[in-house]
Amino acid sequence: MSMKIGVPKEVHAHEHRVALTPDSARQLQKLGFTLAVEAGAGEAAHFSDEAYREAGVEVMEDARKLWAESDIVMKVRAPEQHPGLGVHEAELVREGGNLISFIWPAQNEDLLQRLAVRKATVMAMDSVPRISRAQKLDALSSMANIAGYRAVVEAANQFGRFFTGQMTAAGKVPPAKFLVIGAGVAGLAAIGAAGSMGAIVRAFDTRPEVKEQVESMGAEFLELEFEEEEGGSGSGGYAKVMSEEFIKKEMELFAQQAMEVDVIITTALIPGRPAPELITAGMVESMQPGSVIVDLAAEQGGNCALTEPGQVVERHGVTIIGYTDLPSRLPTQSSQLYATNLRHLLSDLTKEKDGQINVNMEDTVIRGLTVVKAGEVTWPPPKVEVSAQPKKTMATAAPPAEDKAAANKPSGLATGALMAVAGLALLGVGAVAPPEFLAHFTVFVLACFVGYMVVWNVTPSLHTPLMSVTNAISSVIIIGALLEVSSAQTTIMVLAGIAIFIASINIAGGFLVTQRMLKMFQK
Amino acid sequence: MSAGMITTAYIIASVLFILSLGGLSHQEKARRGNLYGMLGMAIAILATLFAARVTDYATIIIAMVAGGGIGAVLAKRVQMTQMPELVAMLHSFVGLAAVLVGYASYLDPTHTYDDHAAKVIHLVEIYLGVLIGAVTFTGSVVAFGKLRGIIMSKPLTLPGRHWFNLGLAVASIVLGYYFVGAAGIDSGRIPLAIMTVIALIFGIHMVMAIGGADMPVVVSMLNSYSGWAAAATGFMLSNDLLIITGALVGSSGAILSYIMCRAMNRRFLAVIAGGFGVSGGKPKISDGAPGEVVSVSIDDTAEMLKDANEVVIVPGYGMAVAQAQYPVFEATKKLRDAGVKVRFAIHPVAGRMPGHMNVLLAEAKVPYDIVLEMDEINEDLAKTDVVLVIGANDIVNPDAMENPDSPIAGMPVLEVWKARTVVVMKRSMATGYAGVENPLFFKDNTRMLFGDAKASVEGILGSL
Repeated sequence: MSMKIGVPKEVHAHEHRVALTPDSARQLQKLGFTLAVEAGAGEAAHFSDEAYREAGVEVMEDARKLWAESDIVMKVRAPEQHPGLGVHEAELVREGGNLISFIWPAQNEDLLQRLAVRKATVMAMDSVPRISRAQKLDALSSMANIAGYRAVVEAANQFGRFFTGQMTAAGKVPPAKFLVIGAGVAGLAAIGAAGSMGAIVRAFDTRPEVKEQVESMGAEFLELEFEEEEGGSGSGGYAKVMSEEFIKKEMELFAQQAMEVDVIITTALIPGRPAPELITAGMVESMQPGSVIVDLAAEQGGNCALTEPGQVVERHGVTIIGYTDLPSRLPTQSSQLYATNLRHLLSDLTKEKDGQINVNMEDTVIRGLTVVKAGEVTWPPPKVEVSAQPKKTMATAAPPAEDKAAANKPSGLATGALMAVAGLALLGVGAVAPPEFLAHFTVFVLACFVGYMVVWNVTPSLHTPLMSVTNAISSVIIIGALLEVSSAQTTIMVLAGIAIFIASINIAGGFLVTQRMLKMFQK
Repeated sequence: MSAGMITTAYIIASVLFILSLGGLSHQEKARRGNLYGMLGMAIAILATLFAARVTDYATIIIAMVAGGGIGAVLAKRVQMTQMPELVAMLHSFVGLAAVLVGYASYLDPTHTYDDHAAKVIHLVEIYLGVLIGAVTFTGSVVAFGKLRGIIMSKPLTLPGRHWFNLGLAVASIVLGYYFVGAAGIDSGRIPLAIMTVIALIFGIHMVMAIGGADMPVVVSMLNSYSGWAAAATGFMLSNDLLIITGALVGSSGAILSYIMCRAMNRRFLAVIAGGFGVSGGKPKISDGAPGEVVSVSIDDTAEMLKDANEVVIVPGYGMAVAQAQYPVFEATKKLRDAGVKVRFAIHPVAGRMPGHMNVLLAEAKVPYDIVLEMDEINEDLAKTDVVLVIGANDIVNPDAMENPDSPIAGMPVLEVWKARTVVVMKRSMATGYAGVENPLFFKDNTRMLFGDAKASVEGILGSL
């Protein structure tokens, strides 16, 4: 019996997104699920009921019935009071059912409790662990990307000039200057969008490792002349709270930039905290009239002191955009990306493609985003320490490395034992061997060390020539054959003769081929 | 020439050999290093020829001229793509020479011993020299066969192969005991001959059990063995030059093996024990639905390359097989003239021999300052527009970092998937030598260009 996935219409005011598109529906059916959608759910995102029907999705008029019949409910917004039915959506979740949506578990403790009472399993799309394997599920990134793009579009809408610089017959138009604060996914998307519209973009972030990413998007990375022991990256590649002195310097930088730039886009957020206030009323006042500020952190209180969440306001001649629903303002795009994130999640949950999900709590990704498991609150998950910066992605490979460290410990002991045995064996040899042998042995050991010292730093490109030359050199074994070849015994002579013959092949071949190879290496 | 003068000549030769290896570690001094090696060898041979014991010059000259001639022709004719085979074959010669010299020395009745201990030690030295030589010989022959494709490159895993090896080792030790205790040369011959056969079998079995992907380790390991064989012969003949040279070569080969193992994140013993890719882990496709493979045409690839600012080319064994290094460099030149920044990224174990790719690129006259090692370029890959993977597979497998269950987990790889677009040239969807699926092919930013690498590159060259 395959599970049924139901997608209700979003009830939040002005929410235009939908958790299922006809495309993702087709893919989900391949995983064995049957699908239902509430009538009109995709309307605002320009997916008609007809299109869903064509994709084989059942369109249901009755929301209450849809919730009741679905084994899995997929939504965008966290459950809230249903205005039409007069109940909280959490109450609509079937006993023991599954819910996948944004949850914001840190801010919604009581919602978790309400869902737990329903014995539900709840997966929060906002709690996807930030590891590379989970990127395809990362709905926050998809939405941030859209928000960043839309922020630039909103700014363009309010800004009275071109972004790009032009030389026209009617005069010279200077390019607009952007300051993007916070170079996360949204910030980078904003940098890209503004840059492609011709603006000059500067960006700032407390995490120095994003400098390269900023520069790769064609923006200038502003740096503080400041030395602090560590950068601003906290767990999961997100920013953390900075020291007072750092903030002071940072504010000076913003104050100076505010006077120069035309558009400021702020995206600074620290997980689980109100947004830091970075643009003061004074800075807004110092900006040129007609400038625009887009505050992507508006929902968490805003990075600008004068932001009104959800509103566009004009203060001191500066337009401040505090929309909190930027992704929803690009509903088709954001629905597509979100639905794809959901589809990836479901395909991870349905390894067998039999339409039955298996919530495997051993899987780091699934463990991370499951906030309620069959009525038990499982949030917060155990920490996964991975940052998005390039060097630290190496940490993704941490588990095997740890295994190795563990395996090395006994082997360290073994090495010690081995060395002790070798030392004793050496002493044993020394006790019985004649001095002549020991003299040779000394030479041997020293030569091993010389070889080690000399070869240790070999350039990798020279590995092959090194091998062919050592091969030629080791044919010095020919000396042994030369000394034996004059023997009176025919057998010995023949053996030594053959040895001379093949060693000569080696000497000539090894040296000449090395010579040939080395000639090819050129700067 | 007096014994003292010969010894002095040997000292000079030893120093020259050390300088030679030292020179070979750096690009600028490498050619001088090779000359030092030749000079050292010439001095060593000439000095030996003047030794009182050497009288049979006719045989020596015939053998040396014939051998040297063959060697010179080989060196001249060999294709750079066949370098691993040549090196493996030359290693087998050192091994065989060690065996022959060991036998000759044992059969030589002129040896006299000061006391019993000296005799025992001498016999042990002969025994070890022959043993290591024989293992090196057959091991290299099998490695040669595998590289040539005469022998299947898959690891041969006999049931109970570790016990088999252990049995061979124990038998060798027991035979050694009889050999040292034997009354005379005639009765000692039999255990020596049996041990030689055992060592030959051991050499075959050891390399048969190692898969094609581990060949760089095997080749450098055999390089090391050939050194130890020479050193053992040196002990046998009480010749310090041989001991020094053998030790130099032995430790140099050991270091190379270590570097190769580290590049594959494998323990040396695990490589030697063999059987890689058979027992190791489940080759799962890590990300659930494998997704789709998107193929791309030659013209589109050329367009992409032209429009890029930065291109990185990752060559692998496939490039060597297809002999595509020349058109690759032609294309590189064209792109560079058009202002595209083109660089090459070399994984330490790309190809079948340490440094294999560098040699091929050098042959095609790619300047070595645009050929970068994995560690130098990995960080830059994220801002690269197009990565062109030519016939490489395991060294660009993201599973090594992302899937702890993968048999290649933890192996450092070139992180090509971080680039904006990756074009993978491949003949088919077959797995690499490690036999592991490669999720790279299913990534969103990966395009597959199927077909022979050389034909594809020539096609791209034509459209540029």
